[in-house]
Amino acid sequence: MTIQATYNYKVVRQFAVMTVIWGIVGMLVGVIIAAQLVWPELNLHEFLGYGRLRPLHTNAVIFAFGGCALFATSYYVVQRTCHAPLFAPGLAAFTFWGWQLVIVLAALSLPLGYTTGKEYAELEWPIDILITLVWVSYAVVFFGTIVKRQVPHIYVANWFYGGFILAVALLHVVNSCEIPVTLTKSYSCYAGVQDAMVQWWYGHNAVGFFLTAGFLGMMYYFVPKQAGRPVYSYRLSVVHFWALIFTYMWAGPHHLHYTALPDWTQSIGMIFSLILLAPSWGGMINGIMTLSGAWHKLRDDPILKFLITSLSFYGMSTFEGPMMSIKTVNALSHYTDWTVGHVHSGALGWVAFISIGSIYYLIPRLFGREQMHSVKLMTVHFWIATIGVVLYIASMWIAGVMQGLMWRATNPDGTLTYAFVEAVKATYPYWTIRLLGGLMFLAGMLIMAWNTWKTIAGAKAYDAPVLAPAGHHA
Amino acid sequence: MDIINDLRSIVTVLAFLSFLGIVAWAWSGRRRAAFEEAARLPFTEDDVPDATGASKQGKTS
Repeated sequence: MTIQATYNYKVVRQFAVMTVIWGIVGMLVGVIIAAQLVWPELNLHEFLGYGRLRPLHTNAVIFAFGGCALFATSYYVVQRTCHAPLFAPGLAAFTFWGWQLVIVLAALSLPLGYTTGKEYAELEWPIDILITLVWVSYAVVFFGTIVKRQVPHIYVANWFYGGFILAVALLHVVNSCEIPVTLTKSYSCYAGVQDAMVQWWYGHNAVGFFLTAGFLGMMYYFVPKQAGRPVYSYRLSVVHFWALIFTYMWAGPHHLHYTALPDWTQSIGMIFSLILLAPSWGGMINGIMTLSGAWHKLRDDPILKFLITSLSFYGMSTFEGPMMSIKTVNALSHYTDWTVGHVHSGALGWVAFISIGSIYYLIPRLFGREQMHSVKLMTVHFWIATIGVVLYIASMWIAGVMQGLMWRATNPDGTLTYAFVEAVKATYPYWTIRLLGGLMFLAGMLIMAWNTWKTIAGAKAYDAPVLAPAGHHA
Repeated sequence: MDIINDLRSIVTVLAFLSFLGIVAWAWSGRRRAAFEEAARLPFTEDDVPDATGASKQGKTS
């Protein structure tokens, strides 16, 4: 037997394991800041105050946890659907170590107070340059592998991953345009309302491409694989892709309703946000219907539970988002905890669930095992995480609507009915329930870490052989 | 209207038309076989490592 080429699973293994570790770190910081809202005494030190830890939480869960999950799954999917090992394996290794360095630098610089002040783009300019280098390498490895492919088609999951990689490169470079004054301080190239618009063009597309398109790539590979049947409608997936590409870029202004941004720009943002409902639901239905005829598999397959529930949350949050972008609804919801609840319905329910399901699929395959150490613990993880998310978003809905109503209430003589602090006081019970929901979600991740450890310990790293496409060796 | 704004309108209309073109292309009967083939791509090989096959086919490192 000739020596057979194998897929490059090493970098996939590294990113998959780090997904679990950074997930725990990022969610732990989230739990800490949730506790600080309930018990302000927990703001122990300036490095550990809410204002410094909050950006650390968002960066850790989005770019460390979500980012590692995207790297791991995209490298796995692109190799297996192209029947080609990764292009430039040295560069792929650089993306792993470079990305970990970005995360460590973020974890050091944010608590120390170095920030550009741009939400989800807080990291200072030297780190921005490192991100750019890693990202360009990622693009070279990913698209190089697609060029090397042994099959005529580029599978739809790769279109989503590719769109995500290109769009994030564009967003990062444009929004991070800044003028350095010292090693740790820079100023944005843009000023005033233009700066705000560029920031939220970036911010909303970070949601649309980093937190949606990339994870839809996961959906289009792992849902069909785990369900054991091809995607419900391939042509719907093609239209889904292009509809998102043509629409998402316009939705950013809905973050700036009733600000100095011109009114027509706000209206455009609102209209395109409403249009987004159609492709989002098209994609969700496409994913869920892939399971049609095999619904019984949901009963005892925890991986499918995670994947299909993530699609339900994707549907919920992509319905809620367009509703909240309507100016009159936004007048009530903006700046309240409703927004926080909406974000976490997407981030925990959609992004984290589909990542967890995909990583549970990957870990045994990367270590030559048939299944995770304990299927039962995966089910426990699923239920504890689901209850956690529901507690989180339900409490934030109630808190948000209450805050919005209290802030706008006026007496007959026109004065405000409530002082701001009265709304804060009324929110305490909901912040406590939110903390409980977050703790449950974190507990689920700890169960996952233990299960992952038991699966990996004693197992050997496994690299699957590259096989010729079906048609070639018949 | 000045040129730049005319161009902006034209680009927006062209983008919309190309999207409609993509929809028509995706739903045309000609593409059916190719799409079905593409949809089967994740299933062209089995990726569950079994205890015996792992050592024979794959490489443990």
